Amino acid sequence: MVTKQNTQTMIDVSGLSKTFVLHTQGSARISVFEDLSLDVAAGECMALDGPSGAGKSTLMRILYANYRIDQGRIEVRHEGEMVDLASSAPRTVLEVRRHTLGYVSQFLRVIPRVSTLDVVAEPLRALGTDEAEAHDRARTMLARLNVPERLWGLAPATFSGGEQQRVNVARGFVAELPILLLDEPTASLDAINRQCVMGLIDEAKTRGAAVVGIFHDREVRDAVADRVFDMRETLAASGEAA
Amino acid sequence: MSDDDVLLQVDGVCKNFGEIRACDNVSFELWPGEVLGIVGESGSGKTTLLNCLAGRTEPDSGLISYTNRRGEASDIFAMFEPERRMLARTDWGFVHQNPRDGLRLDITAGGNIGERLMMVGARHYGNIRGEAETWMNRVELELGRIDSLPRTFSGGMQQRLQIARNLVSGPRLIFMDEPTGGLDVSVQARLLDLLRELVRELNVAVVIVTHDLAVARLLSDRLMVMRHGAVVESGLTDQVLDDPQHAYSQLLVSSILQV
Repeated sequence: MVTKQNTQTMIDVSGLSKTFVLHTQGSARISVFEDLSLDVAAGECMALDGPSGAGKSTLMRILYANYRIDQGRIEVRHEGEMVDLASSAPRTVLEVRRHTLGYVSQFLRVIPRVSTLDVVAEPLRALGTDEAEAHDRARTMLARLNVPERLWGLAPATFSGGEQQRVNVARGFVAELPILLLDEPTASLDAINRQCVMGLIDEAKTRGAAVVGIFHDREVRDAVADRVFDMRETLAASGEAA
Repeated sequence: MSDDDVLLQVDGVCKNFGEIRACDNVSFELWPGEVLGIVGESGSGKTTLLNCLAGRTEPDSGLISYTNRRGEASDIFAMFEPERRMLARTDWGFVHQNPRDGLRLDITAGGNIGERLMMVGARHYGNIRGEAETWMNRVELELGRIDSLPRTFSGGMQQRLQIARNLVSGPRLIFMDEPTGGLDVSVQARLLDLLRELVRELNVAVVIVTHDLAVARLLSDRLMVMRHGAVVESGLTDQVLDDPQHAYSQLLVSSILQV
């Protein structure tokens, strides 16, 4: 049962249009969205659904302000106020990401020499948590995701796909941010670890986080999603060469 | 001075060398603790802009205003020379691509670090030596080398020494010109990681010029892409690199070789 406080809107996208213009390829124009709107409430998980190329990952990146947009507003609730990421200064976007917006991408961007433990602890350190506590919480998260302890001190560059993904998930969930964007968080995981990620998503919802995810795995989607956003209906008229 | 005051305000900076437009009407703001990357190919005006910002080259027109620790903003080229030189020693640092341009080769490693402290008034030998040791450690230089001359150091060690020399006086703003430029890849990774940690820990603002987009991604919060002296695109680092809008930025990003 959703409590009243949990029905607060956390993400409010309106009138979103996005076109890619490929200057290096004859200025081809690819229109991805026209006038797309969606909203997600606290404690709710929305799954983005649609075939490959429907723009699911593009929409996720737009929600994280990683991709820019031509028109519209991308509002997220940050420390009680709605902030439009599309029109905010870079330092505001970074502040919102630090405190409010977590993103688990499909691939881990590894930094040379930085240990797994530090990779996972980093979002907490960025919030000012002291090193000892950040490391404690990172260890708990890594253990929960069954990342072998002997790997914690190593940089994740040489890990397997599944191990890297679990490091990425650990990093995404460790700071318990109010909004989580999950791009196929279970894609290369076995059944046990899939269960584990589903458990983390459920806990996040229970504490009131808004979750937007792409889940190709039907079982995962049915288990965690409260609503499905069908991208087929939003797909803009196909691209035309200009 | 709070985090809400702009640290550096740059307005319409132009600089020509004869017929060549090295800086063409460049404007931006830099906030405390922010890391700004300037990218573009050789000859795009990156280094000229950096030299203008650091008070080393006077622009033909435009304004560069710096807000000091007391919250007072002033045009750096309207200051008297001694005042600007004092800023360069206390509030600012400059890390050159070639460490030999930023080090004193005829004094020891410890002396190079200590000199910056003495410039701002430190006199107690024990304290200066102690600080130098601390900084040797922080930039991962062996303490046993503190009395060696920098010319006996490798390129990577010299670069780390130059960084220590710049950071020891607690600056608020560091200018860096291709700081990893002349180094082997493995040495580069170590230096980048070190820089990343120090910048975050000390909350120092940085303007870093680089032609290496991977370096820019790792270190900077925000990017400006320059071409023919003008800024063609700017924004959050990952936005500019993952969804570049300008034709030239798209060309730069698409020209990176995948390893």
